[in-house]
Amino acid sequence: MSVDAATVRRIAHLARIAVAEGEVEHLKDEINAMLAFVDQLKEVNVEGVEPMTSVTPMAMKKRHDVVTDGNDAEAVLKNAPQSEDNFFLVPKVVE
Amino acid sequence: MTAQSKPDRLIKGASGDWEVVIGMEVHAQVTSKSKLFSGASTEFGGAPNSHVSLVDAAMPGMLPVINEECVKQAIRTGLGLQAQINLKSVFDRKNYFYPDLPQGYQISQYKSPVVGEGEVTVDLPDGESVTVGIERLHLEQDAGKSLHDRNPALSYVDLNRSGVALMEIVSKPDLRSSEQAKAFITKLRSILRYLGTCDGDMEKGGLRADVNVSVRKPGAALGTRCEIKNVNSIRFIGQAIEFEARRQIEIIEDGGTIDQETRLFDPNKGETRSMRSKEEAHDYRYFPDPDLLPLEVTEKYVAELKSQLPELPDEKKARFMRDFALSLYDAGVLVAERETAEYFESVAKGRDAKLAANWVINELFGRLNKEGRDVTTSPLSASQLGGLIDLIADGTISGKIAKELFEILWSEGGDPRAVVTARGMAQVTDLGAIERFIDAVIAQNPDKVAQAKANPKAMMWFVGQVMKSSGGKASPQAVNDLLKTKLGL
Repeated sequence: MSVDAATVRRIAHLARIAVAEGEVEHLKDEINAMLAFVDQLKEVNVEGVEPMTSVTPMAMKKRHDVVTDGNDAEAVLKNAPQSEDNFFLVPKVVE
Repeated sequence: MTAQSKPDRLIKGASGDWEVVIGMEVHAQVTSKSKLFSGASTEFGGAPNSHVSLVDAAMPGMLPVINEECVKQAIRTGLGLQAQINLKSVFDRKNYFYPDLPQGYQISQYKSPVVGEGEVTVDLPDGESVTVGIERLHLEQDAGKSLHDRNPALSYVDLNRSGVALMEIVSKPDLRSSEQAKAFITKLRSILRYLGTCDGDMEKGGLRADVNVSVRKPGAALGTRCEIKNVNSIRFIGQAIEFEARRQIEIIEDGGTIDQETRLFDPNKGETRSMRSKEEAHDYRYFPDPDLLPLEVTEKYVAELKSQLPELPDEKKARFMRDFALSLYDAGVLVAERETAEYFESVAKGRDAKLAANWVINELFGRLNKEGRDVTTSPLSASQLGGLIDLIADGTISGKIAKELFEILWSEGGDPRAVVTARGMAQVTDLGAIERFIDAVIAQNPDKVAQAKANPKAMMWFVGQVMKSSGGKASPQAVNDLLKTKLGL
């Protein structure tokens, strides 16, 4: 598996990462090198092996349905570049 | 899928009949106190960002921990939809950027949902019933809310809803008319409310539907569909489908083709329009969320939940018809809302169920509808209505007087029997008293007596006179019996 320059631009856009045109070629080579490394896994025969979704042999912990958090808008908004009346303010987004 | 539309459901176009094919994705907010992966409250209408934990705000290093109640509610819903419950399911990240989604991804379930295929039986107003397949049900997080009207250059973001548990319930494309779609969402809502897994409040966003609509010539392959987003009332769902089907038919008949796209319903104009910003095809790059282990439940746990399910609308309807000998229509009306069914059952308990059904459906519902109320805000309690029915059943009041009593109880309240006693509304069953009324009427109207002897139907005149002189309170049965004897009929 490998990617081309257009795919690199597309991935960057989907991840909202600004990539200068001059960086595309270099990134493409880096990504392809990583993909080639991971591709070695294809040599392993996994016929009949169930995909592993976790490396820890334990069941997922569940919480009880109790309200234990919240009521701290100040902490939630502490890093917001802009806020008003406890709302986050962001550049206008309208569908 | 293979269901054929009745001819009257087809839509007439310039080139002949068209069939509309509809599937729905319903987002139902799970009834729980705290969020799916955090301990913040799910309560509606808090001050901005007051029901937000650092998990919901996606602060670095915060980890999601699943709420067992939400899992339970999803499984109970699956059981109520007669669906396959998957003992192992997986949470995935659905990646996209939007200001009300601070994580940059929604935790959802993609390839392995907690609930698989099921079905819902939908009853239509004309008596027909249709089985609608359920494709799946999965758990996911809700997003926050953006307000766009407070500032021309800025959007205001409130994350109170961020992280609240939703069940996305996906139907198969089994619906063939706006009527069926409306009946489906109505029935689904009823099931959710019986189960207590979602409050079904469409106004507050507790239940929202995306509607997939396509058209085709009857029997042809499926057409290209458009998805109408977030239609927030049952009536609007009907309107959106009607508009969208005609829009698509017109385009195809004019030689055009349908673009698969997301559209928005505008309730003010009654039309759908394209959401242009979504034109770029979404690529959500789903992958299993590394912060969460697979969700596993045991067969025993599912069986336990199943054994504790409440009676659902279909079962209740069948029981009402079987045990109370109610008609399909009456039973359907009574079970549509859980509160209504409970009200009826408490009125009917230990009483004549048919009489109870008549009073609940005709008198009570009629009156409630007139005043725009529902049974939960009825001025007349089930025990008052039951008391009124007891007075009819034991002959204390006639049906006619009962309607007057209903009005008094409705507007003034009170104990039915006490009201009847205080206002002297009891019917006169004292035969001696009735006899005196009859004797007086006979003595004053010898000509009418002769008429009645010649034509027994003329006796009705006497019944009317006697009832009148008793102030409407004489027992009609006793009056009839006594008159027949006195007139020698």
